[in-house]
Amino acid sequence: MIGICDYGFYVPRYRISTEEIARHWGKNPEQILNSLGIVEKAIGGADEDSLTMAYESAVMALCDSDIDRKQIGAVFVGSETHPYAVNPTATILGEYLDIGNDYLAYDTQFACKAATGAIISALAHVKAGFSQYVLVSGTDKATGQPGDALEYSAGSAAVTCIIGSKNVLLEYIDSTSFSSDTPDFWRRSGISHPSHAGRFTGEPAYFHHIFGAVNSLLKKTRLKPKDFTRIIFHMPNGVFPVKAALRLGFTEAQVKESLVVKQLGNSYSASALMGLCAVLEISQPGERILLASYGSGAGSDAFAFKVTKHILQKRKLLSKLLERKENISYDTYRKFL
Amino acid sequence: MTTIIGHHTTKFGELWQHSLFDLVKQSVFGALKDSGLGKDEVEAIFFGNMLGGVLENNLHGGAKLAEMLGLNIPIFRVESACASGGVAFNLGMNYITSSQAKTVLVVGAEKMTDYAADAVISGLSSATSGEEQEAGLTFPGLYAMLARYYLEKYSYTEKHLAYVSVKNHYHGLLNDNAHFQKKITVADVLASPYVADPLKVLDSSPISDGASALIITTDKSLIKKAKRAVSVLASEVATDSISLSARKNLDELLATRIAAEKAFREAKITPKDISIAEVHDCFSIAELLAMEDLGFWKKGTAGKHMETMSTMHGNGSDFIVNSSGGLKAAGHPVGATGIKQIGEVYLQLTEQAGKRQIHKPRYGLAHNVGGSGGTAVVTILGN
Repeated sequence: MIGICDYGFYVPRYRISTEEIARHWGKNPEQILNSLGIVEKAIGGADEDSLTMAYESAVMALCDSDIDRKQIGAVFVGSETHPYAVNPTATILGEYLDIGNDYLAYDTQFACKAATGAIISALAHVKAGFSQYVLVSGTDKATGQPGDALEYSAGSAAVTCIIGSKNVLLEYIDSTSFSSDTPDFWRRSGISHPSHAGRFTGEPAYFHHIFGAVNSLLKKTRLKPKDFTRIIFHMPNGVFPVKAALRLGFTEAQVKESLVVKQLGNSYSASALMGLCAVLEISQPGERILLASYGSGAGSDAFAFKVTKHILQKRKLLSKLLERKENISYDTYRKFL
Repeated sequence: MTTIIGHHTTKFGELWQHSLFDLVKQSVFGALKDSGLGKDEVEAIFFGNMLGGVLENNLHGGAKLAEMLGLNIPIFRVESACASGGVAFNLGMNYITSSQAKTVLVVGAEKMTDYAADAVISGLSSATSGEEQEAGLTFPGLYAMLARYYLEKYSYTEKHLAYVSVKNHYHGLLNDNAHFQKKITVADVLASPYVADPLKVLDSSPISDGASALIITTDKSLIKKAKRAVSVLASEVATDSISLSARKNLDELLATRIAAEKAFREAKITPKDISIAEVHDCFSIAELLAMEDLGFWKKGTAGKHMETMSTMHGNGSDFIVNSSGGLKAAGHPVGATGIKQIGEVYLQLTEQAGKRQIHKPRYGLAHNVGGSGGTAVVTILGN
């Protein structure tokens, strides 16, 4: 049995509300709240970046864990806000975690699905016997151009998953990927903020790819929407994942527990995985979980998992971490970017 | 008399899977099919398009059409901002009158949704005066100034503007090709965010993709053979100062008034004879001004008239305005709009307008505006 043996997450304490951003730009907060379904978003402080957040989440994953750090044979970090253009985040993270030097390290980049692609590689790595454990972090300190619609959603967070074959809490059943050349969102080298093609990011991008990956997964596994207790879709906002769920034949009840985007915003590479952390807080052994990420450019990775008894010992409470928060003004927010 | 014998309008909206010339092709071959003509029977083409050069670096559209159709006939690209389609039609009409040609195809098309909104707004703003661009005015800003002046002068409120969008969205619901298929209320319009006070999102036409084509001819044998034919009684173009600051009156678009007066004189009918009109509602205020400038309603009374919704399909009136959904709901791919408007009148007069068909219309009018009234085209069709 392969799957996720342990996990950790990190959300910075700072929050900026949709209302505060809207007020700054002279917009109607209520209309933006209704159209995006985001109340506030988490944002990393001045001394935080995708590396520090990945580290925090990895420490949570390894702390009190039965995993021997020296048996981690690979470290993959997925992000679209790696601190360096050239210089791997994965090696700095490996060094900070004191896992020795006998490990493979690389960074991945694929907009918001950089980490789920790395998880598939990690699963293959473990299955092939190359490593006992692989540590995968999805982490982002995402930003939007001042005044752009992304300002309301682009947030900060990190999730780390340890992939292995011993005492897995989430058994991997199967996965599918669906990819195409669809330029809906991009950031060129040397440019600080991403660009996007407005409404084109919806139907031909997010929905088309998530539908492609999920339908293919359902066909491959011969499972039906009702066979899953809960589902998690990438959360660019609070509206898209619900729409996608309903159109695929799932119910609102199956997706609602994952919708951390309302309180955290879209943490890009960590977004869908953060939804998984929220779902694991209430999952019981035997339940099936479906997760589908989405990365602009574009692609979606869909996974079918089964919760095992080990969740009972390894469960972590995201809700508790989220209680720790401090709302900041728009001016302070800009200083943190 | 010059007669329309074929028409095709594509779906309007966010057509991401189609390029500008995919849409041109669809509408051209659709119109040829509708008319029963082969492409070799077309003697010249007029192609209305505004933004191909600005957004796509694509200006030699005539030669692209020649390649697409395998023809070597005269093809002219026509640009006159949002009146590109209407002006292309007018030039096609004049070409027939002044040359040996008897049969001309007129096509208008625009591809707008592949580009970032700020690039499209900047491109559209190239149709405003340089001085007003420098002052920071965009089209919403210019029309907002006209709206403010009109509401103030005639003691109307934003609610009087909202009725235009409510009516046109209802019509859009009856038109499968419309960009928006959604009914809205006055409250929805009033609650939508401001674009340029007093104009809101739901007072404004959208950025759309689409194309529309018409075939016009004076060839008697083709007219006789045609399944459906409608005569063009008048097509008139008038211009006015591009800058609002150089206009005498801000409660009218003078170019519309001049073009309409000439067109009615030419067609030998009066506004009362019109049963169906497609008017240029790029913003809600534009429909109020158009209804007065075209001579349908007295100056200053459009707000009151709109409140009765008498020009809405199904309200028992024999005069319906913007049955296609107008620019507001059918969408506004700028180069296509002027052709689509004439096409809608053609559909109504030939009783092909489906769910939005009005009862036995005899005369119809199409009104296409470029910029904030720098150009206006008025076309009158009749059975």
